[in-house]
Amino acid sequence: MTAPISVGAAIELADVRKQFGAVVAVNGIDLNIRPGEFLTLLGPSGCGKTTTLRMIGGFEWPSSGSIRIAGADVSQLPPHKRPVNTVFQQYALFPHMSVAKNVGYGLRMARLPGREINERVAEALEMVRLPNVADRNPGELSGGQQQRVALARALINRPSVLLLDEPLGALDLKLRKAMQLELKQLNREVGATFVYVTHDQEEALTMSDRIAVMSRGAIWQIGSPAEIYERPASRFVADFIGQSNLLEGVVEQVVEASALIRLAGGAIVGAAISDGIGAHEDVLVSVRPENVFVSEQPSEGGIKGRVADVVYLGAYLRLLLDVGQARLLAANVPAGSSFVSGAEVVVTFPASKAVAFRDQEAVDTM
Amino acid sequence: MIAVSAQPRRSLGRTALNASVCLVFLFLYLPLAVIVLYSFSAEKVNVWPIGSYTTHWYHVMWHDPEVRKGIMLSVRIGLSAAGLAILLGTLTALAIDRYAFRGKALLRFCAVLPITLPGIVTGVAMLSFFSVTGFELSNRTIIIGHTTFCITLVLNSVVARLAQIPRNLGEAAADLGASPLRAFWTVTFPLTLPAIIAGGLLAFTLSFDEIVVTLFLKGRDATLPLVIWARLRRGFSPDINAAACMIVGVSFIAVMIATVITRSSRSAQ
Repeated sequence: MTAPISVGAAIELADVRKQFGAVVAVNGIDLNIRPGEFLTLLGPSGCGKTTTLRMIGGFEWPSSGSIRIAGADVSQLPPHKRPVNTVFQQYALFPHMSVAKNVGYGLRMARLPGREINERVAEALEMVRLPNVADRNPGELSGGQQQRVALARALINRPSVLLLDEPLGALDLKLRKAMQLELKQLNREVGATFVYVTHDQEEALTMSDRIAVMSRGAIWQIGSPAEIYERPASRFVADFIGQSNLLEGVVEQVVEASALIRLAGGAIVGAAISDGIGAHEDVLVSVRPENVFVSEQPSEGGIKGRVADVVYLGAYLRLLLDVGQARLLAANVPAGSSFVSGAEVVVTFPASKAVAFRDQEAVDTM
Repeated sequence: MIAVSAQPRRSLGRTALNASVCLVFLFLYLPLAVIVLYSFSAEKVNVWPIGSYTTHWYHVMWHDPEVRKGIMLSVRIGLSAAGLAILLGTLTALAIDRYAFRGKALLRFCAVLPITLPGIVTGVAMLSFFSVTGFELSNRTIIIGHTTFCITLVLNSVVARLAQIPRNLGEAAADLGASPLRAFWTVTFPLTLPAIIAGGLLAFTLSFDEIVVTLFLKGRDATLPLVIWARLRRGFSPDINAAACMIVGVSFIAVMIATVITRSSRSAQ
């Protein structure tokens, strides 16, 4: 089988599988990462995202399939021969070396002349805004500073690909937010391809050019943050990224890329659909709470329901509505609205903000 | 600290505990203290109380050619056995830490066993081994005998240290372009060195005052403990106290250094 080589892909995974004993960690992944792109592998723990990253770095070898970096097959190359560098979880700074020695390590391994090493170390520390800690030991630095040292150390070799394994996991929330923006900026400045692993969907949405959502060793959906958020293609993605209402229904009529769907309660709604879904199929309609409109005025259309609970969330109220579905439907309404528990309401949402898909997980488990 | 004084029963228990701890330490160290005191006594026999103090016996000991030869030999054997133990123990520790292989638990057990065996078992076993294989007894056979249990000390010390080193440090080195050998020399080895030295020092101490195994495996020359032992059999002479104190002193210093090294390398983490 000859895999198509897309011109200009920075990293290309073709049918990559990884098995640890009887456990399948990564189950046949195909992935093309573009040069200079910030791509995030997002998923819950155990979904195979870290194993995938480690295979790109060379710390694990795929059981089958191939990995190409800049067109060259690296599947059988050890880490020290790959043109990638990694920012490790917990930073992995060398405790017996000063910050400068840590950062210059890669250049020493490349046997560059001492003067050039010193210059580039100073440059790299400047880049991560840590010019005054060169002679200190990593143990004397704060978590955020250690994070920057790890970043400088990984970037000093000017890799074409930078791998980041949950690098912000150990930082507190405020620092994490600041570092997210900084990483994004760094990605544009140095022009390297960033492959970022995280289980934090907010982080992924903030930083990424594209997100690959992973679960159980496979990529479920890949796309821009907006695509992933606005048009989830499965129950898992809709649930994992942000909050989503999932309504059970049957397709009544298909019109190009959208459809009219009869919900379990009897109401008819419009939603975008993915390819291949036809009339009379069971589907789930996904709609975000912020796109649901609730009115106390009785009307002909819309879904009839009753307010089950009102939750105060500061900027808005979250209504939990009983609309005859298995789960309560969540809707955000402006703070100061006068909804009370038990009130009869009508719920609507624009077809452009809803998306319908087959309940694949249900099929899987059958 | 937790205040316990408010509870009388508990503080009674604590007093008893403290007292028993003191007794144990007294039991361990009082004989040593007495020997040290006697080694400075001006009397020709061990009598209490000590009348006047002198360093005369150290002078006598130091200028006794037999004792001197014993010291030199003990040092030589100690360094050789510790050196061999460092080499073999460190390599075994690396294998245990890095690789998964069949019989790993067995290897670990076999490497630790010699230190738990009574010296007489090791001595008899190795003696019969050497005589069966036609290996002539000499200082070399003593070194081999000592190395068997010295390995254990280095191995335990290094294995414990390696377990503390995060695995991703080696990966970080490889990631930054270090070949496995360079990654070892620039990262793993410097981080393990304190444990290697500490294990080596303890091994040296154990070898320096070892007597049972030495007795079975010795050739013509006598180590310092054997010289002392032989002298005592002929009858007491006060310079023996001084020689014994030397052994105590060397052991004490080596163990102190090992402890300090281990502690400072741990706190540097």
